[in-house]
Amino acid sequence: MHPIFARKGRLGPYLAACAPLAAVLMALLARPGALSLEEAAAVSVPMTLLYGFLGLSAWYPARGLPLAGDRLAFLIVTHGVAAVFTSAVWVFAGAGLVRLIALAPGFALLPGRYAGEVPVLFSAGLLLYLLSVALHYVLLAFEAIREAERREAALEILARKAELEALKAQIHPHFLFNSLNSISALVGSDPAKAREMCIGLADFLRQSLSVGERAAIPLSEEIALATSYLDVERARFGRRLAVETDVTPEGGACVVPPLLLQPLVENAVVHGIATLEAGGTVRMQAERTGRRLRIVIENPYDPEAPPKRRGGLGLKIVRDRLSALYGGEALFAARRLDGRHLAILSIPIRADV
Amino acid sequence: MSEDVRVLIVDDEEPARLLLREILGAQPGVTIVAEADNGFEAVRAASEHQPDVAFLDIEMPKLNGFEVAELLAPEVAVVFVTAYNQWALKAFEIHAADYVLKPYRAERLREALSRARARRVSGGAVPNPGAVSRSARPPGRFAERIVVRDGPKVHVIPVDKVDCLEAQDDYVAVRSDGRKFLKLQTLAALAESLDPARFLRVHRSFVVNLDRLRSIELYAKNSHVALLADGSRIPISREGHGKLKALLEGK
Repeated sequence: MHPIFARKGRLGPYLAACAPLAAVLMALLARPGALSLEEAAAVSVPMTLLYGFLGLSAWYPARGLPLAGDRLAFLIVTHGVAAVFTSAVWVFAGAGLVRLIALAPGFALLPGRYAGEVPVLFSAGLLLYLLSVALHYVLLAFEAIREAERREAALEILARKAELEALKAQIHPHFLFNSLNSISALVGSDPAKAREMCIGLADFLRQSLSVGERAAIPLSEEIALATSYLDVERARFGRRLAVETDVTPEGGACVVPPLLLQPLVENAVVHGIATLEAGGTVRMQAERTGRRLRIVIENPYDPEAPPKRRGGLGLKIVRDRLSALYGGEALFAARRLDGRHLAILSIPIRADV
Repeated sequence: MSEDVRVLIVDDEEPARLLLREILGAQPGVTIVAEADNGFEAVRAASEHQPDVAFLDIEMPKLNGFEVAELLAPEVAVVFVTAYNQWALKAFEIHAADYVLKPYRAERLREALSRARARRVSGGAVPNPGAVSRSARPPGRFAERIVVRDGPKVHVIPVDKVDCLEAQDDYVAVRSDGRKFLKLQTLAALAESLDPARFLRVHRSFVVNLDRLRSIELYAKNSHVALLADGSRIPISREGHGKLKALLEGK
């Protein structure tokens, strides 16, 4: 639908804006040797009004053929044909109108004089069409700008939300409760181990707080943070949890958003290792290939594990964050393969995030 | 002093078991009969040692704490010990004796123990297996598996492997892969936990998995039987036939 009709209250101002055009047309028709002043007035007002509506049709070719396109010749031809057609329709409709006006007393000579003015009116119609096309392109450009702004604002909100979720999820309260329970258990039987676990937990909390304040950190720091998280979990799970890290120096130097891997590493423990009696190994692997950084978090899991109450939230956080920060440039996939779960990320390398 | 109470400890984390053992073991009149680090082991230990009270973690390998509770003898008083608070309501729905949040004080655990003891002395409310199996699955979802105890062994049957369910006195016979598993529960309670788009009660004593239904045969005048994929036949009541017809024509 044409934007003039799309919203109420736009048509009135638009028609009012046509009034000066009616005056110009009247002056043109009332020039010496053409129509009389009364005749020019009687013809120009309704015909301008008519053009006001006909000109709106330029919106459709204008919308379909953006100026930015490389089909300039096609664009000129299309608008040329549309201009000729619109103008012809206008002049023809004018002829009918004139015949009606001629019925009124004092306008008997009008049809003859109008016929003499057809070339002038046809040219005026072409010019009006050009004016209309130009106005429509301006209108479309404004709309495109507003649309872009709106999209940018939506993206901004999405990015903020994803950041907030990620920060909120950085430390799952149950992780804290379970760790504190382990400390409470060890205090009696193995005070040295209890102390070690307190320090490990403090290290992880301190690191995650300081990291969370920054916009981007080297991957090596993110891996160190994940490792200190896994160290705390190892005190709970004992021999059930093993960790392997394989990060190339070039990969470790790439920057990533802080705590990007945290939900994935937590999933690897909660939905992987914790479901297996014998436990298993969480593998974190990263390498740089050209302009991209590839990270894989891998863990075994029990395909027949009992139903869990939560799940998928960690993956959603990572996905939302990546799309907010990198748009379509980041890839993220979660795969299940022979009892192993793989979270695979590929992100473009940038100086910051 | 009350008589000795036999306690089973179930948690997949070694330090967590240690703490339970330390506090409960120091209580007079308490015997820790077994410890288990996963759900299967818990059911096995329970059938071997006949505990009076079970302290259960919830998120564990193999079976979760609710599934274990579902398979314990109804006389066993259950105390859940977990870091998650979102299951407290469910726990009381199934008449758990108590629900203790980790980390806890020794006092809190002793209180849970005396509640469980009181339950045992007074006879207390016995868990209702229907309610227990409802709580074993995430809210708003249908059961994806049925757990059945066979002496010390546990069978986990995914619902898509189930052919049909048959009421047998106080039990439900779950037919799957040519085998029959007996579960202490009413047919109505078990059927309620299943997706009604996949499982239909076609008779007072039968619920059929619609994916396993091959055809409906006329058995006698106004009487039908269902032929299942495994070649077995089960009776269909007049009401059941009406429901089946409506469902098949609706598709």
